[in-house]
Amino acid sequence: MPYFDDYWRNSIEERGIPGFESNSYPPRAPISVRQDWKGSNGGAAANVKELSAQVLDRLGAGTAILNCLYGAHLPYSEDMGVAVARAVNNYVAKEWLDRDPRLRASIVVPTQNIEYAVDEVERVARDQRFVQVQLVTNQEMPLGRRQWWPLFAVAEKYDLPIGLHPGSTYRQAMTSLGWPTYYIEDYVAYAQAFQSQLGSLICEGAFAKFPKLKVVLLESGVTWLPGFLWRLSKFWRGVRAEVPWVDRPPGEIVRDHVRLTVQPFDAPDDPEIVQRLVDQLESDDILIYASDFPHWQFDGEDALPRGLPESLKRKILVDNPLATYPRLREGAR
Amino acid sequence: MNIELRQPELRSNTRLKIVDVDIHPKSSIEDLKPYLSQRWWDHLTTYGQRTRQGYLKGFPYPKMQPQASRRDAWPPDGGLPASNLNFMKQQFLDAYPIEYAIMNPLSPTGQGDQNSEFSAAMAFAANEFQLEGWHKQDQRLLASVVVPFEDADATRVEVKRRAGDKRFAHVLLKTRTNDLLGKKQYWPVYEAAIEAGLPIGIHVFGTSGRPASNTGWPSFYIEDMTEHASCCQAQVASLVLEGVFERYPELKIVMIEAGFGWMPPLGWRMDKNWKKLKADVPHLKKAPSEYMREHIWVSTQPMEEADTPEQLIDTMRWIGWDRIMYSSDYPHWDFDDPFLALPPSLDEKTRNMILCENARSLYRLG
Repeated sequence: MPYFDDYWRNSIEERGIPGFESNSYPPRAPISVRQDWKGSNGGAAANVKELSAQVLDRLGAGTAILNCLYGAHLPYSEDMGVAVARAVNNYVAKEWLDRDPRLRASIVVPTQNIEYAVDEVERVARDQRFVQVQLVTNQEMPLGRRQWWPLFAVAEKYDLPIGLHPGSTYRQAMTSLGWPTYYIEDYVAYAQAFQSQLGSLICEGAFAKFPKLKVVLLESGVTWLPGFLWRLSKFWRGVRAEVPWVDRPPGEIVRDHVRLTVQPFDAPDDPEIVQRLVDQLESDDILIYASDFPHWQFDGEDALPRGLPESLKRKILVDNPLATYPRLREGAR
Repeated sequence: MNIELRQPELRSNTRLKIVDVDIHPKSSIEDLKPYLSQRWWDHLTTYGQRTRQGYLKGFPYPKMQPQASRRDAWPPDGGLPASNLNFMKQQFLDAYPIEYAIMNPLSPTGQGDQNSEFSAAMAFAANEFQLEGWHKQDQRLLASVVVPFEDADATRVEVKRRAGDKRFAHVLLKTRTNDLLGKKQYWPVYEAAIEAGLPIGIHVFGTSGRPASNTGWPSFYIEDMTEHASCCQAQVASLVLEGVFERYPELKIVMIEAGFGWMPPLGWRMDKNWKKLKADVPHLKKAPSEYMREHIWVSTQPMEEADTPEQLIDTMRWIGWDRIMYSSDYPHWDFDDPFLALPPSLDEKTRNMILCENARSLYRLG
């Protein structure tokens, strides 16, 4: 509340707005928060101290990027979207980043209006501790659409990757065929949104237009990627005349511009299958580490899937993240 | 891509037999006229087919070639690709050792029409014409039971009418339905198919009126094509997680023209989350991927192409060699040649399963 201006503080009170929490992760659902990551309030870590004890110290993390899923993308009003996004970014800077030097954060933007989203990036990006622009996967329009491009331009200008995280603006049904009955279906369907967004970014030519643009697929699952690329590449060879700006195979574009976090991997426990799936990725550079704290994506302390070669682990944990986030390389200023 | 330069005759003396689970013979509305009542013929010629898309003719994602067909598939005597049996024999049915080919008519069939009674009348006519116009002339051509799938009662009537008729191979649905196929409104369709002893084939396309992705409308035909895979993921996940296979253990589903690279990752993703979210779906008695393994078949075309073919073979093995069936998609542009589409290193037995035996066994072909 202290991070809203007077008008919105009043509005929230007068209208009885109960908060802006997203429905995408019901706070008590078993995949929203790991059993042993519950904080003093029964939910996830609510302050820096708990976060530090549960994740940073335990996993020996040198740096952690916070992705705040508070619902700036949800209200239909552009003005309210801006108000929530500003409040979230200010809150994250003050209550989290100021309190632990290992923390970095993503910029939350009001996607209701791309001009406003660009303005918010311009405002917040001066703070070097904000290292990427965060979007949810399920939008009103696919991300490659040219109406999004000003956001990519400003992200490129400030060396900020676009971080895509599961979540919905609820402008479209959770699947392309409507609303499922069960929560597990919603969650499974985010993998389809990642595929669609990646297809859109490639086919519309976003990476040709913005050669420095990086997109990080957060919590996307990994194993769908090879099959998706095989299919897209086959069609690209057949109908590339429709999208002449896609002037090289989609797999190459992905290896240059796209990174995926390694949890969840979405593979069986069999290390041999994991190894074969890693081979299908045809790249050692594409995976980066994420704990997905506080969400459940892995049990125990073994945060990487079994079956990864040792040489790849070092790349996933350190080299690849540093290569992906220019602002992590430079350090905070 | 669309020009056939090889000489298929050379191969026709091979011992191999092929069952093709997806070809698209073309009919005209005049072909259907004898099987439509005056009321529905008048409706068709007055209002046309009204699906949930904006164009009177053509598509908002225009194809990249006329009729989405191979350039060489236009009959020399005129008419649309795959509208002329003699030319289709010469170019495909006789040029390869085709034992059976399953017809999946796409249009005009009335599927997905906004008027469900019209949709039912068109389905009946499309089915009659498959028998009279095609199967009667060439018994290798097996029919699909075209059904007005958005109307469960009307679907039940049409499936019942065709039950026990060996000329029909499966009940035909399209992937872009008005709602997810796991929803209860569609369950009578599965009951009817099981009663008739028929698998259900779900062919890509259809006009649900919904965006092709769950993040809105893509711009291009290439995305429309790619999105069939995401659509099929949504349908299979829905069938599994909403409990359709638990309720109907005899149900067999064939995903047609959807490729298959998405299958194993979908199963793994569902399994992983099911372990934590069992309480959300207590009707499931086993891991989601096990239902997929038991109930889902896939057709090959458009075969994914990996730079390293061994990777594709891994994926096929994870799906199960007995669940993959060859399809050509004749006469469409992305036709897969039965002798060239499969990874070259497959042994003869496996190749034979995909090209023939799996379909023979699923469809109980002699």
